[in-house]
Amino acid sequence: MSASAKPPVFKNPVVRWIDHRLPIFSFMDHELNEYPTPRNLNYMWTFGSLAGIVLVIMIITGIILAMHYTPSAALAFNSVEHIMRDVNYGWLIRYIHMNGASMFFIVVYIHIFRGLYYGSYKAPRELLWLLGIVILVLMMATAFMGYVLPWGQMSFWGATVITNLFSAIPLVGEHIVTWLWGGYAVDNPTLNRFYSLHYLMPFLIVAVVMLHLVALHRFGSNNPLGIDMKGPQDSIPFHPYYTVKDMFGLAVFLVFFAALVCFAPNMFGEPDNYIPANPLSTPSEIVPEWYFLPYYAILRSIPNKLAGVIAMFGSLALLTVVPWLDRSPVKSARFRPIYQQFFWLLLADCFLLGYCGAHPPQGWYVIASRLGTAYYYFHFLVLLPLLGLFERPRPLPMSIGKPVLGGGMAASAAKTMEKQ
Amino acid sequence: MMARAMTTRLALAGLLAAGVLGAAGSVRAQEEALPAEHWTFTGIFGTFDQETLRRGFQVYKEICSACHSMNLLHYRDLAALGYSEDEIKQIAASVQVTDGPNDNGDMFDRPGRPSDAFKAPFANEQAARAANGGALPPDLSLIVKARKGGADYVHAILTGYGQAPTGMTMQSGMNYDEYFPGHQIAMPQPISDGSVTYADGTKATTDQEAFDVANFLAWASEPELVDRHRMGVKSVLFLIVLAALLYAVKRKVWAGIH
Repeated sequence: MSASAKPPVFKNPVVRWIDHRLPIFSFMDHELNEYPTPRNLNYMWTFGSLAGIVLVIMIITGIILAMHYTPSAALAFNSVEHIMRDVNYGWLIRYIHMNGASMFFIVVYIHIFRGLYYGSYKAPRELLWLLGIVILVLMMATAFMGYVLPWGQMSFWGATVITNLFSAIPLVGEHIVTWLWGGYAVDNPTLNRFYSLHYLMPFLIVAVVMLHLVALHRFGSNNPLGIDMKGPQDSIPFHPYYTVKDMFGLAVFLVFFAALVCFAPNMFGEPDNYIPANPLSTPSEIVPEWYFLPYYAILRSIPNKLAGVIAMFGSLALLTVVPWLDRSPVKSARFRPIYQQFFWLLLADCFLLGYCGAHPPQGWYVIASRLGTAYYYFHFLVLLPLLGLFERPRPLPMSIGKPVLGGGMAASAAKTMEKQ
Repeated sequence: MMARAMTTRLALAGLLAAGVLGAAGSVRAQEEALPAEHWTFTGIFGTFDQETLRRGFQVYKEICSACHSMNLLHYRDLAALGYSEDEIKQIAASVQVTDGPNDNGDMFDRPGRPSDAFKAPFANEQAARAANGGALPPDLSLIVKARKGGADYVHAILTGYGQAPTGMTMQSGMNYDEYFPGHQIAMPQPISDGSVTYADGTKATTDQEAFDVANFLAWASEPELVDRHRMGVKSVLFLIVLAALLYAVKRKVWAGIH
């Protein structure tokens, strides 16, 4: 049950021959098979591997779509409809890709909030967290550019609004926007470069995911108790325990994914994007995809354009300093009674911002999004540092293994239970 | 202590926001709620009724197609409505399609084939606008997917014509429609009782015609819908069983741990 230190001996002579020269099988055995994992991970830890699988699904469906798609302002819209109508199972591939983006963000947002709840960003996992933020930013850029490709009304006007954000930069803003567009408006050159970059960035994500995994495997997963593995009794090998657990999680995830694709493929979409892009006709409301709505609410909550843009990008940048803002030595919110409450408030705040982002910036929506933005920043900049100083955490268990091993296994187990 | 600090902060922010924007709340134009029809294609087992679709196609062909194109559809697609190959050939051949250039470099007209796209009523946008008082009749291939409310919206627009309420000034050439955003629509009332004569004896009321053509347009927007629903039922059932099996395996593997 414990992690073995000696290298594996392979039965297959070909594998042995290769592994002696290129230790790829040893590597896989070390990282995927005997890789020691905390024995107490709950289902929230499934979302990391789910995100990886969705990334693979997105790349495969994306490559197939690219075989049939035409990145030209005159032909893009109809080429997508060609995929929907004339390509064998093209509708399936496209709906998987389109809804896969939503599922990817659902999975990754849960993954991030799991990290916030259990303090997974704390030492020694700061770089692991930072690499995760890099992945999130790359995902957002990729999703934004992908949404432009069908060249519908919302594609076009979404691209116009978002690229125009850069015009808020003093002095050079307008030039930057022209440079991004490749012209004086969102047009064919914009579509072409977005297509090129949309194809490139997923592979950058794969590269950063690799680094994310290297950083993860340096110290292993955090766990719901937020305390370190202290010995072999605290860990179990990744395979078969977490492979089978993740497989079950994957199957449940796929039930929801398949239901979305087959029964409500346009639930997360905007009807306007089935109208071909028309630079002369602005839709009555320009709404981004749901996964951008909280940021959109932050952007619009501030009357000054530059300040709004800074607040929006700042809300992401803020996440990169979370490991240093949170000074509490205790990782898991289970043992941080006050932080736990504010965690749920932050989650509710993000939902509130998302709700506001979906509605026109009028009346109460403006007030609510201002309150939401204020709390978001307050949470990270004020609450997190102060809680680290003033909060009294609950006593931590002695080890991971003992409290879950049950009575009779170790003399100290009972003592640990009492402490809790 | 933290909680109080936060409450104070929230209250302050709230006051600030209220001060800046207290009177700024404007009222959005209230749109009429669309009457919800009973469609056969909604729900996870939803499917199209071929007879309804054929009646809807008749309404489109005899009325809508005078102004509205359906560029994404081909005559061959009509097989999904239950038409035989010969019937589709006949329908396609009833229009003249410009083809070419031939070996002499000339364009020529020929009868349509099943592989041709639905013939558009106008050569280009300018011609369509010129013939319709400046308004552009939208292409209907995706109309049900491209409007909030979908088929309900299409049905409501077609049945929502009436007299403008007193006090409402209509722009010239516009018609009052209860469900059109802004209530002023350039399209004159396209269908009324008896606009078409159904071969199957169905009474051609305005409501029936609107219902049928909305069904047809829903199919045109999502021709894959029936396949998609079937695949959904099968794959979700399969995945639930798979998940249950994996859960059993997981329990067995983990039995020694707990």
